Amino acid sequence: MAVESSGASVAERVRAVVDAHRDDRGALLPILHGIQAEFGYIAAEVIPILAAELNISRADVHGVVTFYTDFRSEPAGTATVKLCRAEACQSVGAEQVVADTEQVFGVKLGQTTPDGSVTLDQVFCLGNCALGPAAQVNGRLYGRINRSRLVEILASAETRAASPTTENGAGS
Amino acid sequence: MTTVYVPRDSAAVSVGADDVASAINRATGDDVTVVRNGSRGMLWLEPFVEVETPRGRVGYGPVSASAVDELLANGLLTGDDHPLCHGPVEELPWMKDQQRLCFARVGVTDPFSTTAYEEHGGLVGLRRALELEPAAVIAEVTESGLRGRGGAGFPAGIKWKTVLETEGPLKFICCNADEGDSGTFADRMLMEGDPFCLIEGMTIAAHAVGASEGYLYIRSEYPDAVAALRRAIDIAYSQGWLGENILGSGLRFDLFVRVGAGAYICGEETSMLESLEGKRGMVRSKPPIPAITGLFGKPTVVNNVLTLASVPKILADGGAAYSALGVERSRGTQVFQLAGNIARGGVFETAFGISLGELINGYGGGTLSGRPVRAVQVGGPLGSYLPADRFDLPMDYEAFAGADAMLGHGGIVVFDDTVDMSAMARFAMEFCAEESCGKCTPCRVGSVRGVEVIDKITGGEDPDGNLALLNDLCELMTEGSLCAMGSLTPNPVRSALDHFPDDFTARATRTEKEAE
Repeated sequence: MAVESSGASVAERVRAVVDAHRDDRGALLPILHGIQAEFGYIAAEVIPILAAELNISRADVHGVVTFYTDFRSEPAGTATVKLCRAEACQSVGAEQVVADTEQVFGVKLGQTTPDGSVTLDQVFCLGNCALGPAAQVNGRLYGRINRSRLVEILASAETRAASPTTENGAGS
Repeated sequence: MTTVYVPRDSAAVSVGADDVASAINRATGDDVTVVRNGSRGMLWLEPFVEVETPRGRVGYGPVSASAVDELLANGLLTGDDHPLCHGPVEELPWMKDQQRLCFARVGVTDPFSTTAYEEHGGLVGLRRALELEPAAVIAEVTESGLRGRGGAGFPAGIKWKTVLETEGPLKFICCNADEGDSGTFADRMLMEGDPFCLIEGMTIAAHAVGASEGYLYIRSEYPDAVAALRRAIDIAYSQGWLGENILGSGLRFDLFVRVGAGAYICGEETSMLESLEGKRGMVRSKPPIPAITGLFGKPTVVNNVLTLASVPKILADGGAAYSALGVERSRGTQVFQLAGNIARGGVFETAFGISLGELINGYGGGTLSGRPVRAVQVGGPLGSYLPADRFDLPMDYEAFAGADAMLGHGGIVVFDDTVDMSAMARFAMEFCAEESCGKCTPCRVGSVRGVEVIDKITGGEDPDGNLALLNDLCELMTEGSLCAMGSLTPNPVRSALDHFPDDFTARATRTEKEAE
């Protein structure tokens, strides 16, 4: 999914993503995932470029971007923590984990810490319902989460970020 | 040479399976082959390590990376006894008592090994299907009694027949892998643990209805399943299992993975089709049904992962063998998922008809917390809450419908006696408000009003009047919503009210007492 980006303008980088999906049917979602992988978020300035490339209205593109929770309008923190708040995780204390985590990082769900290190998000089900409370940190799934385990995981996520060759990257 | 199995399933990895595999690799070197299999589904034992021995595969769990050296020193590689050893895996009651048709290979094989796939019965169904006329394939599926495993339970054979009989140069097979219901993870485990099975099922469907393209719509919350299917599809193309002239039959079928973007509503089939078309996931009115006017307006089969993954076995053994299992109009097996506050959670595939209590107290071992079970939600966030005195209910579509509940996708979420059911009812409305596509008013506005009314009731503000209002609202959402999201959200709310009324009024009384 990575697009060669050295020295290219935003418009060129957007077009490169679009070109990679020219032959896909109904390509807007794969393209938006591609844009987010390239830039980390979907900036307002990208929307008219996409509209022109795909020959649809800016309103159409904006409508799709804002419908889906995954697409961000601003960059996320270095680490993204998604805490599951669905029923199965609630039955084993997910709400307490949410409260603890908000206290540890000093931000609410949906916010990024002022230093840009951690974005906290809620998610409804990660498919780890027998080993809850579950969380996803930078795309990796974790089970049986509590306050101290989450702090440990984030510390090791930082170590991993420093040496990007992970053994079992979950990326798509 | 010894073979050791360490699951690659993301649930196993979520509690350290990757570290365990690395530790075994480091400590043993070339004498040991570590195979990364799917998970057996005994998730309380994960990371669950198995070793090949003359008496079969012997299992150890839960194994942590720090325990690996000690286990190796005490005869892990020869299957020796140990406090973490559970003996031969196939003889464990949890495994022995199941009837694994859909999950036959999950946890047994390396999900990306084509030889292991064929050695364990893979492709038999597809080969037989390709020898049959499309209508004869559909006749087998119809005879099997297979019903949609996504939740609605619509007979798969009838859906396929409609697509076959609708003329058109271009038809699609869409697999709904947007498994968003809390308490369900069987789709994910199958995709990560036996992706070829799903590919085979979709290819059989393509042959049966005359489709040439397939789409797998997988939710973005499942990055490991996305990666597994992409890798398996590449392998399948290289083996001639996908693409042109599949297995020399002349069939052409191309398969693509599409990733969702965090919208629960896209698990609703028409919303999923909109999303696949690159649009907002807004629900469509039915009719027209997708079988006639589906993806890009073309005739389209939309089936759940487990429905499609059940098809290869049905074709391999015949529809009659499949329909010999089960009860009444619920034929074959269902992959039940034990989740939430449960001592032994995981997947348990068995014929329809087993009781709720047998699953929860028998195999599941009661709650994880050790406290009494108070409530159980079956069928995801839109399913009803049942109290512990309904544990006699047999797990089949009609019995659940008769109890104002639904089986859904087979997920069972257990709560102990600390649960506040008014909070769960409020959450059901909150979830609907968050995830509604917004197309119809009962769902979009009703859910927001639902949260407000429940807050008034629990706050002690005119409880009788507001309870009546909540009931009215639930009725309106049930009758007036366009799709299951709005029309089923009242299920958890009303069942919580019916079975646990004290939770809604007691808090107000409590607050008054505290004020005194």
